[in-house]
Amino acid sequence: MTTKQFGAPVQRTEDVRLLKGNGRYLDDLGQDALAAAFVRSPHAHARIVDIDVTDALEVEGLVAIYTHEDLPGRVGEPLPLLIPHPAIVAGRTGYALAKDRVNHVGEPIVMVVASDRYVAEDVCGRITVTYEVLPPVVGVETARDAKHLVHEDVAGNVAGHLVQEVGDAPAAVDSAPHTLELDLKVERSACIPMEGRGVYARWDADDESLRIYTSTQTTTGVRAAVATKLDLPLNRVECIAPDVGGGFGVKIMHPWPEEVLVPWAARLLDREIKWTEDRREHFVSSAHERGQVQKVRVGFDDEGRVLGLDVKIWHDNGAYVPYGLIVPIITSTQLLGPYKPGAYKVEFWSLYTNTVIVTPYRGAGRPQGVYAMERTMDAIADYLGKDRVAVREANFIQPDEMPYDHHMIFQDGRPLIYDSGDFPGSMDKLKALVGWQDFEDYREQARAEGRRVGIGVACYVEGTGVGPYEGGHVVVESTGKVVVSTGLTSQGQGHETVFAQIVADELGVPLEDIKVTTGDTRKMGYSVGTFASRAAVMSGNAIGIAARNVRTKALRIAGEALEVDPGDLEIVDGIVRVKGSPTSSMPLGTVAVLSNPLRYAFDTASQAATQFVVGDPDKPPVAEDDEPGLEDRDFYSPAQSTYANGMHAVIVETDPETAEIKILRYCVVHDCGNIINPMIVEGQIHGGVAQGVGGALYERMEYDENGQLLNASFMDFLMPYVTEVPDRIEIDHLETPSPLNPLGIKGAGEAGVIPSAAVFASAIEDAEGFTITSMPISPSELYALRQRFAAGEIPALRGRSATASTATTPTPVTEATTR
Amino acid sequence: MKPAPFTYHAPTTLAEALDALDRVGEDGKVLAGGQSLIPMLNMRLASPAHLVDINGVAGLGTVDVDATGVRIGALARHAQVAGHDAAHSVVPLLRQALQLVAHPVIRNRGTTVGSLAHADPSGEMTAVLSLLGGSMDLARKGAARTVPAAEFFVGPLESCLEPGEMAVSAWFPVPPPRTGTTFREVARRHGDYAMCGVAAAVTLDADQRVLSARTSYISMTATPLVLDLTEAVAGKPFDAADWAAAGQLSADQLDPEPDIHATADYRRHLGVVLTRQALTDAATVAAAQPQGATR
Repeated sequence: MTTKQFGAPVQRTEDVRLLKGNGRYLDDLGQDALAAAFVRSPHAHARIVDIDVTDALEVEGLVAIYTHEDLPGRVGEPLPLLIPHPAIVAGRTGYALAKDRVNHVGEPIVMVVASDRYVAEDVCGRITVTYEVLPPVVGVETARDAKHLVHEDVAGNVAGHLVQEVGDAPAAVDSAPHTLELDLKVERSACIPMEGRGVYARWDADDESLRIYTSTQTTTGVRAAVATKLDLPLNRVECIAPDVGGGFGVKIMHPWPEEVLVPWAARLLDREIKWTEDRREHFVSSAHERGQVQKVRVGFDDEGRVLGLDVKIWHDNGAYVPYGLIVPIITSTQLLGPYKPGAYKVEFWSLYTNTVIVTPYRGAGRPQGVYAMERTMDAIADYLGKDRVAVREANFIQPDEMPYDHHMIFQDGRPLIYDSGDFPGSMDKLKALVGWQDFEDYREQARAEGRRVGIGVACYVEGTGVGPYEGGHVVVESTGKVVVSTGLTSQGQGHETVFAQIVADELGVPLEDIKVTTGDTRKMGYSVGTFASRAAVMSGNAIGIAARNVRTKALRIAGEALEVDPGDLEIVDGIVRVKGSPTSSMPLGTVAVLSNPLRYAFDTASQAATQFVVGDPDKPPVAEDDEPGLEDRDFYSPAQSTYANGMHAVIVETDPETAEIKILRYCVVHDCGNIINPMIVEGQIHGGVAQGVGGALYERMEYDENGQLLNASFMDFLMPYVTEVPDRIEIDHLETPSPLNPLGIKGAGEAGVIPSAAVFASAIEDAEGFTITSMPISPSELYALRQRFAAGEIPALRGRSATASTATTPTPVTEATTR
Repeated sequence: MKPAPFTYHAPTTLAEALDALDRVGEDGKVLAGGQSLIPMLNMRLASPAHLVDINGVAGLGTVDVDATGVRIGALARHAQVAGHDAAHSVVPLLRQALQLVAHPVIRNRGTTVGSLAHADPSGEMTAVLSLLGGSMDLARKGAARTVPAAEFFVGPLESCLEPGEMAVSAWFPVPPPRTGTTFREVARRHGDYAMCGVAAAVTLDADQRVLSARTSYISMTATPLVLDLTEAVAGKPFDAADWAAAGQLSADQLDPEPDIHATADYRRHLGVVLTRQALTDAATVAAAQPQGATR
């Protein structure tokens, strides 16, 4: 029998190519193309008074300079608002090139096309833009105060406002035995893929068609957007994602200004043009995420059960909202995690600021929601003097309550109904993995050595595999090789491997005979894109369905040829054979030949398929309900998302003197349903945890009050090195299959990063004995908190110290009463 | 991130290099390891009209060691100096500091003299040269001079190098007998510029009592700061000296600036802590030496 591939830790087939340097990334293409470069705004908020290109015109190698007034028709109109939502109060999007005003540092104003990038940048340096600087709005609080407006016609800087409510949460909070209030904050970070964005376009004047290569997470999205902007029929535009060096969300946003302008200019000039984003451009002109201010009011009983949860969120969406309100919607719905509060109300305001736009970054609003909820759980435990895990367990949705309906609407417009999960089971595994019960002994031992340690825990539920659909196309060639394509794109996830594993099991062919292509509109024109941990769920199932259909057809054709019942056939190592009688067989490639009745033979194999040889002379060569070829294209479109979950624990040590924060152990229990490839899932978790460590302890977007990004380089934006990430991430899996899809899988791509801010806050708080309310946290900030704690300005954890304190975070707003 | 146009010079002798520098004057910049200059060119923070690449100049990659000290040539890479056992045996502070300079790939190309000429007050080697009382050998067409560390560093990213002049080598003298040295720093990430770094040298007398306790700092001042903290510990046995008091003594003399990674308060706090730790370590190293030796 062929070894089952689904579930096997198969090594990634794409790695040989990628690790040997044979990947083809955007900047590897179009070596003879003209180069584009952009003059970008140095001001966060300004009116453009004048653009003077006089000094630039003499530069040798200059081809063209474009400003907004050169952009015709739709190219000059605002970029699309991709995801309209009724809660958008005032949706504003930018222009491909700024018209009259700029709203963040880095906004493109002038496009230069030249013989190469050096010359293009020389030209940019000679263009003088005169500005009238306007007061900038930077940070959530400033935006909320609305003393100044980002967009003159948007009152209060409010882009969107949404309330979702289940039960009467404010009343439930007020009437609960105990009440707490928390003020929380999360700073901005960003995806920061190794490869930035990039676009390369060429116009075929003879064919009147456009080909776009772009480093994107959605080629069908870019194709549709560019075709619309350029007024081209969809079938005259091809869009291809070459190898992509990471996305993490920033490349699902589209069309970026450059994705419209480069193809537009390529067609206008009838020249190949390429733009490759540099690192500074990426920091100031791509997208950020995470920045929120939150206020939580929670009412609970003596066991820590949440009776009412009332949350307000102020979300910084940057200068524009092209991606709608997806991030705060996810925050406000996924905040609930594995818990079932008695009543829940969440209200958010999505606010404009004069900073880079905010679009989903791996986790996409969940890290902030989990942070709010888990900070609340820790605060409840501390208030009651209870074990932090016990309080969580008291609030868990139980396995027998699945599917669990929260009676809310998720980001996909569908009901928030958890399909599967065993939260108490996951927590049991985590407690065993990290040694939760024994930690106090370890703490004492460390204390005796003069060391300060703390443990933290955090749980999350993640809606994955959101719709609307993906497709799979599976073809068996006459060589017996299988070609698979799906429309969504790959940025390093290992799709070529896992999709091949699914097909290998269905078709009984070895992995090395399967070739997977993603993100090429020439091969699959219908697709949504890669985001929301959806690729395995959506394309995996679509490909699985298509492969099963191909199998059925192969067995039918082979059954006819071998004159046996298809039910008696199996496919092993690419050979269709009669079960128990392997001598009666034919290669799958021969079946492919037979599936396509020919008039013309071109080799010996095809001679076997000419209409004089095969088929019943009384019937049409291709039956009415059939098609030639051993192939199928099918789609998977679920009614709702599937919900993965996980729980993390971390043990940290904080240096009593230098306030440095060291990770001693990091443990993960993860449930993504059936696992296609455990090695790849663990790799996803490792990468996610690494990004989470960055977001919790190192990274932030350091904007000054003028809206200048002070750390727009890898010198000062502190992405963790391998030296900052734990050497070992301890992982245990729980597999509760999703009942929603044939493969029983749930997404895994974002999991590792989601609970990081929460779990580190929990552990550092535990080590230090005072509350942590703002993340990320640096040694300098921890030192400052220690100084304030010593001065009595922030309260001790109650569980740790009997010292009375008048400070107010978190604040008991009603006296504790015991029933 | 592409540099502005420049004229590239590739001399093969020191005379040619100095001649080229003399001709281009203020418009010229020396390219050695390029670990600071190239990023600045790419970001167009610097746009010299002429680059004089000395990588092809013979005879500049030397590390010369004798009983009095170590002379490091303009093309000696950090990794080469750090790995030089003879240099380590007479001036151990070189290796102690160099292993904290950035990452291996940067140390493989970056030059020690180039790092000094760059005069970044966060660069470890500025503190080493200053603490040891070393000097820089500078040359221009037809002239040469030697400048003590205390006069070489003029401001942040500013040395006394004049247009047309080039740093040819750096001199690190052997510290007095029974001296121990260490380098301690706290950086945000492994290999980052430190939020605070302290080089320490403690000299003991024949009875293991403290003769001298001195420190120098990076990332704390615009130019390297050297403190003599001997008065807090003078004459005390090395293992009974109040090194914390020496740390406290440094506090009043440290007046760092805040930046996005650390407040001034935190930096000063680190200065005090690291001063104590570095002096304690240096004293232990000094005491462990055979009589009359230097480690």
